Amino acid sequence: MEFDPLLLSRIQFAFVVSFHIIFPAFTIGLASYIAVLEALWFKTNNPIYLRLSKMWIKVFAVSFGMGVVSGIVMSFQFGTNWSELSYSAANFLGPVLSYEVVTAFFLEATFLGVLLFGRDKVPQGVHLFAAIMVAVGTFISSFWILSANSWMQTPAGIEIIDGMVHVTSWMQAIFNPSFPYRFAHMVLAAFLTTAFFVIAVSGWYLLRNKSREYARVMFSMTLWLVTLIAPLQVLIGDLHGLDTLVHQPVKVAAMEGNWETRGNVPLLLFAIPDQQAEKNHFELGIPGGASLILKHHVEGVVPGLKDWAPEDRPHVATVFWSFRIMVAIGFLMVAIALISLVLRWRGTLYEARWFHRLCTLMLPLPFVAVLAGWITTEMGRQPWVLYELMRVEDAVTPSLTGGVALTSLIVYVIVYAIIFVAGGYYISRILVGGPEKEESPSDEKLRRPSRPLSAADSPF
Amino acid sequence: MEAINIDLTLIWALIIAFGVFMYVLMDGFDLGVGILFPFAPDDASRDVMMNTVAPVWDGNETWLVLGGAGLLGAFPLVYSIVLPALYLPILIMLAGLIFRGVAFEFRFKARGSKLPWDVSFTAGSMIATFAQGIVLGNFVLGFEVEGTRYVGGNFDWINAFSIMTGFGLMAGYALIGCCWIIMKTTDEVRDQAYRQAPVLLGLVLLFIVVVSVWTPLMREAIAERWFSLPNLFYLTPVPVLTALLTLLMINSLRARNDYLPFFCSLGLFLLCYAGLAISLWPNVIQPDISLWEAASSPNSQLFLLLGVIFTIPIILTYTTWTYWVFRGKVTRDSVGYH
Ligand code: HDD
Ligand code: HEM
Ligand code: HEM
Repeated sequence: MEFDPLLLSRIQFAFVVSFHIIFPAFTIGLASYIAVLEALWFKTNNPIYLRLSKMWIKVFAVSFGMGVVSGIVMSFQFGTNWSELSYSAANFLGPVLSYEVVTAFFLEATFLGVLLFGRDKVPQGVHLFAAIMVAVGTFISSFWILSANSWMQTPAGIEIIDGMVHVTSWMQAIFNPSFPYRFAHMVLAAFLTTAFFVIAVSGWYLLRNKSREYARVMFSMTLWLVTLIAPLQVLIGDLHGLDTLVHQPVKVAAMEGNWETRGNVPLLLFAIPDQQAEKNHFELGIPGGASLILKHHVEGVVPGLKDWAPEDRPHVATVFWSFRIMVAIGFLMVAIALISLVLRWRGTLYEARWFHRLCTLMLPLPFVAVLAGWITTEMGRQPWVLYELMRVEDAVTPSLTGGVALTSLIVYVIVYAIIFVAGGYYISRILVGGPEKEESPSDEKLRRPSRPLSAADSPF
Repeated sequence: MEAINIDLTLIWALIIAFGVFMYVLMDGFDLGVGILFPFAPDDASRDVMMNTVAPVWDGNETWLVLGGAGLLGAFPLVYSIVLPALYLPILIMLAGLIFRGVAFEFRFKARGSKLPWDVSFTAGSMIATFAQGIVLGNFVLGFEVEGTRYVGGNFDWINAFSIMTGFGLMAGYALIGCCWIIMKTTDEVRDQAYRQAPVLLGLVLLFIVVVSVWTPLMREAIAERWFSLPNLFYLTPVPVLTALLTLLMINSLRARNDYLPFFCSLGLFLLCYAGLAISLWPNVIQPDISLWEAASSPNSQLFLLLGVIFTIPIILTYTTWTYWVFRGKVTRDSVGYH
């Protein structure tokens, strides 16, 4: 049987990177949250913050661990499956990814050790410093990797000589046209992901009448954050889309499901795009909506997919739907923020059980939004890996055979399934245990000599 | 421009060599701890062993990522030939690294049996090490290349020499891991390591001899490099120092000096590494692609160099600091978990 190494490599890449991004999306925000909790503990000496921080550090450790191991896989994927791309684009991608390693990964990894194991070994201020360094590391890391990715979307600052990319301006290449938007959008997405995760957990505590004191602190803190950044994310997302319209118009055409270049394009709420027939079935939309958003005018002319040859179009239905899923979740987040404001004003934020239930149900949605966003972005630029410079079929490793690609795909699926289930189980157990199980400083002193190998709860 | 180009490439070769060497030493000892895991006297000892490396393994592993990314940045041809050629061993290595990496967190959280994560830690460490040895062996042997592409098969990496280097690297990592345990622990954990160390040292020496005989026989250029005059004269210090270090190590093990064996084992690794570099120089893809042919554009090398010159010293500083924070012996009582 013959398998197509290109298709399998694409599936594999999409799978491993999607698996990877789940963890950064969560840990970037969580690192900052932990730094904030540690800072509050440092300032107020209130053990609530300490216990909260301890609990979240455990969760962080598990998810960071999975982020690291899946990230290491990523850095080899380029070479193993996309060697032609790596070779051609190495003059830019190589230095940028290396900068990420030397400015971010070492910082995160090294200070993580102190954050996790150093609480009793260094002064409290130094421990706080380690927490901050880990958080800073995650931002620096996002900066470089998103620069690399954005450059592949909107290449700039380069010339091509003999099929090789040569950088002519590092500034232009690093700060390429889509980078500022993507960076802002992704960092906010990470913050929203963490915030909603914490909200869901504290909502669940409130529902179950568990660790109420702690739950209230978390619930209120993160809902304030969300109130601030959920609307901001909608705004930035809109700007991001406008930028994409300039640089990758065909992607926007697919996002809107718009086939003809014309004015008065509706904002489709529902449709089933048909790649073969070059039209949509069952359209339902707001007249002039897309024109209004994209051109700020109902008559604004928006490019349609038919302007591009069929083989230069992305898969419309995927881009169309993943985009809608992300945006719907974005507005749902804004709605939650608004409801929380109303409840605060009424003074029932901690009593409204229906709201706590709603918050708990939100748990998976930010992750879904992040994945949907990336699928929009990445599928929307197909068939290009380097936009309008290199097609995906020219990027794949020439010596790779279908059988081997299938093998690696199966291995990754099995390995990731195992660690995902185990990791998810351990995280849920930490959270079910709750912050009250964490030791505060005074308990710790009492039990120091035999911790933790002594039978867990014997007092001395 | 030409002059700058040559110098930069050379500097980059040194930086990458340094990065890979750091990786081999640092992840070497924590992979070694994983390899020795099943031989620990009991579960509590395993807790101790794992805790000696738990705060630092992630930083150690990052040198691998630097090696990969740095290679892409400075020698893209190597990256885009070696990774496709070694697709399967690299897959195996990554799977191993995943299992041993998550074991650190999962093992301490396991409420019932720790066994699955013990197995995951040990098997992951062994598999990753063996696969790295395979990579090393094939790197020495060379790859079938046309132009800028690998054109060999998917299974060319299976050969006697590489399987030998696979086992060799396992012995090597186990040795530094063992010396690390001697340095970082007390009582029965340390005693056990003291019993293992001579055996491992013997194995490592055996592999050193095998490699030293095999490689010159395998390729004439290597034999010539070592045994022609005046090279022979310049290069004799390598085997002589190896012998001296071995003696020092045997002595320090006998005298039960907890610290010296570890540094001797690092020294042995350095010498092996130097020996390998001497054999292969100046080709990065055997038999005939040189460093300079594989280099990225001078502009990119320069840009990256600027960053690396500033950051590597900083990285080394804070890395040293964390080792300082976690200095001293780990005992059953001090085993602490965040
Ligand atoms: C927006 C952020 C973001 C994105 C898009 C990616 N990553 Fe990532 N990555 C991180 C943010 C991050 C992080 C937050 O910095 C992580 C998560 C857990 C961690 O240890 O650091 C990380 C870890 C991480 C590691 C392990 C670092 C270590 O050893 O400590 C590697 C090698 C990569 N990533 C590589 C990649 C590659 C090659 C990607 C693209 C294809 C990628 N990441 C996408
Ligand atoms: C981290 C979040 C990301 C997710 C979820 C994601 C997801 C995807 C998806 C779904 C594809 C399309 C697969 C296909 O149909 O072919 C893809 C392609 C690709 N992405 Fe991303 N991506 C992410 C980030 C990145 C980053 C940061 C980079 C580079 C620095 C990158 C590089 C690529 C490359 C090289 C391809 C082309 C290979 C292919 O087409 O599969 N991606 N990605
Ligand atoms: C309603 C509000 C939102 C709008 C208008 C919006 C808009 C966009 C657009 C246009 C893109 C594609 C950009 C491109 O590839 O050129 C995108 C990508 C993305 N979105 Fe959103 N988005 C919204 C909400 C969200 C939310 C709530 C999240 C996650 C919590 C999210 C996460 C992402 C991610 C991770 C990407 C891929 C990376 C990137 O290109 O920035 N978005 N978004």
